[in-house]
Amino acid sequence: MVLSIAELHRSKSGRRVFWWLLFLLPLLPLAWIVRKAIEQDLGADPAQTIVTFLGLWTLRFLFITLSVTPCRRLFGWLWIQRYRRMYGLYTLFYACLHLLSFATFILGWRPELIARELSERPYIIVGFIAWLGLVALGITSTRGWVKRLGRRWQQLHYLVYPIAILAMIHFAWLIRAGYGQVLFYALILLLLLGYRVGYRVKRRQQVLQQH
Amino acid sequence: MLIKQARDIPSSEITPESVYRQRRQLVKALLAGGALLAARPALALDRYTLDADEKRYPGPDWLQAQLRSAKAGQPISGEALTPYAHVTGHNNFYEFGLGKEDPKQKAQGFNTDPWKVEISGEVAKPGTYTLEDLLKPHALEERIYRLRCVEAWSMVIPWVGFPLADLIKRFEPTGNAKYVEFTTLQDPAQMPGQRSFFSTLDWPYVEGLRMDEAMHPLTILAVGVYGDALPPQNGAPLRLVVPWKYGFKSIKSIVRIRFTEQMPKVTWNQTAPNEYGFYANVNPKVDHPRWSQATERRLPSSLFSPNIIDTRMFNGYADQVAHLYSGMDLRKWF
Repeated sequence: MVLSIAELHRSKSGRRVFWWLLFLLPLLPLAWIVRKAIEQDLGADPAQTIVTFLGLWTLRFLFITLSVTPCRRLFGWLWIQRYRRMYGLYTLFYACLHLLSFATFILGWRPELIARELSERPYIIVGFIAWLGLVALGITSTRGWVKRLGRRWQQLHYLVYPIAILAMIHFAWLIRAGYGQVLFYALILLLLLGYRVGYRVKRRQQVLQQH
Repeated sequence: MLIKQARDIPSSEITPESVYRQRRQLVKALLAGGALLAARPALALDRYTLDADEKRYPGPDWLQAQLRSAKAGQPISGEALTPYAHVTGHNNFYEFGLGKEDPKQKAQGFNTDPWKVEISGEVAKPGTYTLEDLLKPHALEERIYRLRCVEAWSMVIPWVGFPLADLIKRFEPTGNAKYVEFTTLQDPAQMPGQRSFFSTLDWPYVEGLRMDEAMHPLTILAVGVYGDALPPQNGAPLRLVVPWKYGFKSIKSIVRIRFTEQMPKVTWNQTAPNEYGFYANVNPKVDHPRWSQATERRLPSSLFSPNIIDTRMFNGYADQVAHLYSGMDLRKWF
């Protein structure tokens, strides 16, 4: 399977087919929730259902994006690297939908409510900062910006780690009772971040040994 | 048993079918005359018409005569009932899971008959009673109340029950009884939420009221909803309904009613004292630390025209209950 994907990427048409596949897959959750909304099958409180759903998928796409590098290194999936930006942008896409649906379906775009939420609620503020960070990363994700920023581009995009932690805090602060789900996601984030720490430490030791 | 009880009702008590069929027209006519409040006829509660695929919960045989003779409730003008499917399918009942649809899915096997309730503490007549005995002296009536969840959604629900005050008087609380404490069943074998390793709540669930709140005529013990018995997910077979307080005060599946001198240690307040007070009166001016209480989503809320309405002081029951809290700082005693 892994081999066949790598082989697929050797031909231009193979790359194209795979690109389209990976491009369309992340639209499935959106299609699913839109269909449920049209069928009015989102339960008694569709506003809450849709906002929670989009928020959860934002977090999932963020984790998928963060797992690109570990997958490449651990399994040697070189082809996966070319989809990292796509999934980063999907994270931003779902974050925007999450925020829009919150403003529309929960707050009804009432200015006084929006102002209060953004100034008084720690979990909203934290989530909003995470979203601003994603916007910054999204805007600077183009080739032009990569060139323009040079070395600083990588430094800027390390922001994804604090963004992920803020998103996790945003999620955890919403819980009324029962931390099972939050712990599950926190564990995944811990693995994703822990891998990077471990990798750095190992690299450093290797460099030290060489000298 | 059902037949025997039916015979006990004198025929003079039974509303002739012709009158009963016309009750909607009668109510409308009274409304038009502006005479609804002045003279509301005590009509027996009809069974609501539901979609064929809705599951009904008729309840035990012994409850039928009481349910059928319940007096119909007064609708809240301008506020439609929340449909049955949502009332029975969108529930917070953490004993059966954290999701809103968990209680409906996981409570169907919940055994609510026979049921016993312990009356204890500062009362002249403590004891353990079967629910049948507990209910026997009480005439049931329908009460159509708003239910405002602390999570900022709300419903309008036609409960069937009786004033808690009537029950309290029967057991003769002593002069030391300042509060009433209620306890939900603890039975992890039947209640998967009580087996959850990650729950932050301590079981059993406990709620409480000040004596004057418990004696208030708006406070009821409910045994039914929508003309039938309570479904398990709604707190069968016996629950509290306090319409001017956030929904979590209206404790479900009660097994103990205890009269105390000290303020009961209630579950949510014990779990997160900065978020949930003992009183938990609906108050649009005092926000939950994490979200606004100024507005609510009246369910069912359609996505494309979200039914966001302003939350009212004491959930719209201020005229009846505000005096209970006169002189109290409601920011402190939230």
